[in-house]
Amino acid sequence: MTIKLYDDEITSRFLIGTALYPSPAIMLEAIKASRAEIVTVSLRRESGSEQAGQNFWSFIKDSGAKVLPNTAGCKSVKEAVTTAHMAREIFETPWVKLEVIGEDDSLQPDVFGLVEAARILTEDGFQVFPYTTEDLVVAEKLITAGCEILMPWGAPIGSGRGLNNIYGLRSLRAHFPDIPLIVDAGIGLPSHAAAAMELGYDAVLLNTAVAKAGDPVLMAKAFALAIQSGQQCYQADPIEKRDMAAPSTPVAGLPFWNQDHA
Amino acid sequence: MKIEIIGSGIVGLSCASFFAEKNCGVTIISSSNGPDENCCSWWAGGMLAPWCEMESAEPLIGELGQESMRFWQKFTSSYQNKGTLVVATSRDLPDLKRFGRRTKNWQQVKQDQIATLEPDLADRFTTGLYYPEEAHFDPRQVLPELVNHLKNKGVKFCPNTSFSKQVLDAPTKADHRIDCRGLAAQDHLKELRGVKGEMLLIKSNEINLSRPVRLLHPRIPLYIVPRDNGLFMVGATMIENESRSGATVRSVLELLSAAYALHPAFGEAEIIEIGVDARPAFPDNLPRIIHKEKTTYLNGMYRHGYLAAPAMAKRLVEQVLGLSTTTKQSNEPAVSTGNI
Repeated sequence: MTIKLYDDEITSRFLIGTALYPSPAIMLEAIKASRAEIVTVSLRRESGSEQAGQNFWSFIKDSGAKVLPNTAGCKSVKEAVTTAHMAREIFETPWVKLEVIGEDDSLQPDVFGLVEAARILTEDGFQVFPYTTEDLVVAEKLITAGCEILMPWGAPIGSGRGLNNIYGLRSLRAHFPDIPLIVDAGIGLPSHAAAAMELGYDAVLLNTAVAKAGDPVLMAKAFALAIQSGQQCYQADPIEKRDMAAPSTPVAGLPFWNQDHA
Repeated sequence: MKIEIIGSGIVGLSCASFFAEKNCGVTIISSSNGPDENCCSWWAGGMLAPWCEMESAEPLIGELGQESMRFWQKFTSSYQNKGTLVVATSRDLPDLKRFGRRTKNWQQVKQDQIATLEPDLADRFTTGLYYPEEAHFDPRQVLPELVNHLKNKGVKFCPNTSFSKQVLDAPTKADHRIDCRGLAAQDHLKELRGVKGEMLLIKSNEINLSRPVRLLHPRIPLYIVPRDNGLFMVGATMIENESRSGATVRSVLELLSAAYALHPAFGEAEIIEIGVDARPAFPDNLPRIIHKEKTTYLNGMYRHGYLAAPAMAKRLVEQVLGLSTTTKQSNEPAVSTGNI
């Protein structure tokens, strides 16, 4: 089953980041093991005035995956917009994962700047993947600004805490049944990724949990399995939880199914 | 046997040392005026930390590192065998746990033991990891020491010699040419890339450290290496970018705030130097020996110049002189023939 991300149909529900690996060789192997069709690339740190990061980007192009450039580390609308333009030139793609960071330590998104930057970039022909919180009002404003995808966080970037607010993520899914939703950031374990997919999310984007694992390639495989597992679980319509602690007094001599009418 | 070595960084000098030991006639040609700010080796931290490096490096680096340490210990008087201290702020303790899990040969140290090791860090950190067998030195003392040693051994130096690709492609008059140009060898080694590093040299008389201290952080890991006269080397960024100039404000801010987090007295330190260079690296970030006719390349030291150069140089010399008897060693992945 595919999902439609703007004009592209994508099969793999795993989007993987390209930072923090022990080496580009290991990064390429991990991307391969993840079977991701989309990789994110941070532009800001790697750029420099002379486009001196070309050599590293060529590795990413070699992976054969579609590139989703991001504006990681941008702290203002202007910075993010400038970085998005640079990304469009270098990677020849209208896609941009839009990050406007509001708080340095937790890297929490500045949702006000995010909405503003999303509007500017959409008007300029970009296809924006906004890194946001699970806030419904912000989500609505991002959609009004032209976003056709939402990427709420699971937890702060790099924290590995999993899904901090399952209720909020579930509400977001319920409010926007037709918008592709991708959990982006905060995932630490494959079980976190599976949980996101079980909530009906369309995909999961992560980086640190794979790149900083002792064996990034094996961890990429583990996440691929978990994401697929969560996706199939959602499609298969799992049973509801039942409260077995509800009071019910078995009466000796009566069949269990008849107790209510005894 | 006449050997021509191109490049006078730590790789070229290490190769010269092992060739001279085998009584070869060695000439070192370099475009710079000897080892200076034009080569990566000048900007290095000078940490000999094969165990700490295992946090993210391949096991090969650990093996090469331990072998190189034995070389440096015999060779240089500035070798300081004081270990490494790794600490983290309370918020980043999960990183310390992970660091311990990924590395070996450490002792857990608590607040009072940290105070014994580094009195100026007393009460600042509750727990840390101490790697007693690691060492450090000042590369800017070691490089001239190595040059003098080689001159005494009869090695000839031809500094300030510019060479074009045409010159390098022409056959050498020597019996063998060793290309140790670092990132400049990109013209012959297509897979070589640069990884930008920025470092600072700061001076403070308010703090004393006896050994390199690493402060873990999920995004901005930092190390501080003490040098003589109140100097501290603060390093280093790792950016996938080949630019060899222009430290960014962001990088300098991050390095300085990490130093400040280690000890607020660094806030009063004087900034002596801001350095930038690009480390030569292959896609697996491991060094390689590459033989091509009468030229052998040793390159891709990445962030492990002092840690890997002597051990790799020894292997190279054995291979070039046909002395290498075993080929199936753990260092095998680092050696390739003609694959450039």
